[in-house]
Amino acid sequence: MPRKFPKITVWRAIFAAIMLSGAYATYLRVMYGLGGSTNLSDKFPWGIWIGFDVMCGVGLAAGGFTLVAMVHIFNVEQYKPVLRPAVLTAFLGYTLVVVGLLYDLGRPDRLWHPLVMWNPHSVMFEVAWCVTLYSTVLFLEFLPVVFEKFGLHKPLAWIHRISVPLMILGVLLSTLHQSSLGTLFLIVPEKLYPLWYTPILPLLFYVSAIGVGLAMTIFESWHSSRAFGRALELPLLASMARVLAVVMSVYLWIRFLDMSHRHVFGLLARNRIETWLFVLEIALVAVPTVLLYQHRIRMQPGKLYACAVMVVFGFIANRLNVGITGLEAGSGVHYVPRWSEVAITLSIVAAGFAIFHTIAKYFPIFEPEMHAQPARGMAEKEADLVAIE
Amino acid sequence: MPKAILYDSTLCIGCKACEGACAERWGLPYNDRVAAEERISAHKLTAVETHGDKFSRRLCMNCLQPACASVCPVGALQKTALGPVVYDASRCMGCRYCMQACPFQVPSYEWDKRLPKMRKCDMCFERQSAGKLTACAEACPVGATKNGNREELVAEAQQRIAEKPGQYYPKVYGLNEVGGTSVLYLSAVPFEQIGLRTNLPNEPLPETTWRVLELVPDIVSTGTVLLGGIWWITNRRTEVAKKEGGR
Repeated sequence: MPRKFPKITVWRAIFAAIMLSGAYATYLRVMYGLGGSTNLSDKFPWGIWIGFDVMCGVGLAAGGFTLVAMVHIFNVEQYKPVLRPAVLTAFLGYTLVVVGLLYDLGRPDRLWHPLVMWNPHSVMFEVAWCVTLYSTVLFLEFLPVVFEKFGLHKPLAWIHRISVPLMILGVLLSTLHQSSLGTLFLIVPEKLYPLWYTPILPLLFYVSAIGVGLAMTIFESWHSSRAFGRALELPLLASMARVLAVVMSVYLWIRFLDMSHRHVFGLLARNRIETWLFVLEIALVAVPTVLLYQHRIRMQPGKLYACAVMVVFGFIANRLNVGITGLEAGSGVHYVPRWSEVAITLSIVAAGFAIFHTIAKYFPIFEPEMHAQPARGMAEKEADLVAIE
Repeated sequence: MPKAILYDSTLCIGCKACEGACAERWGLPYNDRVAAEERISAHKLTAVETHGDKFSRRLCMNCLQPACASVCPVGALQKTALGPVVYDASRCMGCRYCMQACPFQVPSYEWDKRLPKMRKCDMCFERQSAGKLTACAEACPVGATKNGNREELVAEAQQRIAEKPGQYYPKVYGLNEVGGTSVLYLSAVPFEQIGLRTNLPNEPLPETTWRVLELVPDIVSTGTVLLGGIWWITNRRTEVAKKEGGR
């Protein structure tokens, strides 16, 4: 009998190529250390494994706490259908952040050190604790899915009993470390370009994380509806896009207010790479924010998706500017990641997509029977609001 | 009495005796090739730089309130009462936040090793603990690097400026930068001309992050009450609605 091989598609081929290059880069990292696998140097000790894998990874996983807060604490029931995918994304996101850290740390075997060797004055110490605890919370928040799948009713009841304090803890931990990723860079006032260095960096990181959490939820709903042939929860997502527009408006407003108080607008007149990166970053956030205020953009899946993607890219641009490009001039170094750094980052992202797909396929992540009812309610609401307008 | 090093660039003749003594003290190889490298690295913890006809020496500033020690998540870096900032490699997990945080870009990493460590000058902690001078100060043939009590060295630096105002740029570098450092510089020209960073705040850098970190207990307690309260109100609203027979 002939063996059946999985069908070769373009995406599978790309996936395989990425994973192979990642495997070779991993070999270089293990055998030749950071020097043999990265372009890092004494004057530029953090590259894309921190700037992207950790800083963007944690932020893009923010949908988990944003939706838990909205659905279970603020009791906005209609968002329930997208809660599980968001929690799954978050749990996967944090797991992959830890994988990224294992590559980046000089001594990955000592990843656990901050848990026993304390320095409460260190932002990194706080982030390490929050990320560890929050990953545990996310695991517990996701467990009911596993219990349901295997019909384990007793542990399911047990976990429901502790769910409220658990969710409050999760939101608090997220608030702390999402903002603390910004606090990390308050220690480098002389290195970080003034368009990004501000004492309110933690606040900006927090607000933008909430926004990108929503954008990621729209992003993954769109993709999973295509991958699994589900109907898109459009009214729900459109209503979420409204919240997204408001959150990003607040973010932009705080950002500009802060810049005007710090008198840094004059810097925009300089023809420097930082100016253009700043313009790009702001445009990627401002354009979708303005567009999402319009009903007809929100109600078109393609345009809604494009707006969410723009916000995600705007967010990534911001984190890379703070963590990498905004530091180059101040550090006196030009950093371009080596191919092996990029290969490992791409592998981690690709693995994330693949694992999400697999789990969503075999576990009750999307609850079809729950969609119909609240979705209709939302559609009516949107229609009502349009009528009022 | 905290110790310090006073480096007088106007006296330095660029003989690099300090470099050799430093390498010997750390057990690092030192030859003509290493001597030619004008920057500090994991195998060269102090370096004499040439800036035109001026010399300058780079080494860890051993700040009075070091950013590196404040950011280290595992407490591998400690400021000692004696002055030196010391490093415990057995704790270090290699996050390199100390390198990112250091305003003087001093900590170096053993990039090519499989089990790397951070390396930096620790102002000869064990020598100074035993009452000896730092290796560099002992080796300096012209007294350009002087080791002693910080207060006395600050007074001496200011006296040198006062006695020969024509020879010195009228400031002591390290007196107030980032809250003061244990390495002090005198120079004939403005400090940026001998490769020193002059855009540093006088505020100790650990303050910048601590201002936020110290809010953590407040955020946790306020957040718990607020989120718990909101949950209680919103859920009660649903319960009441249910009891009243739904909307």
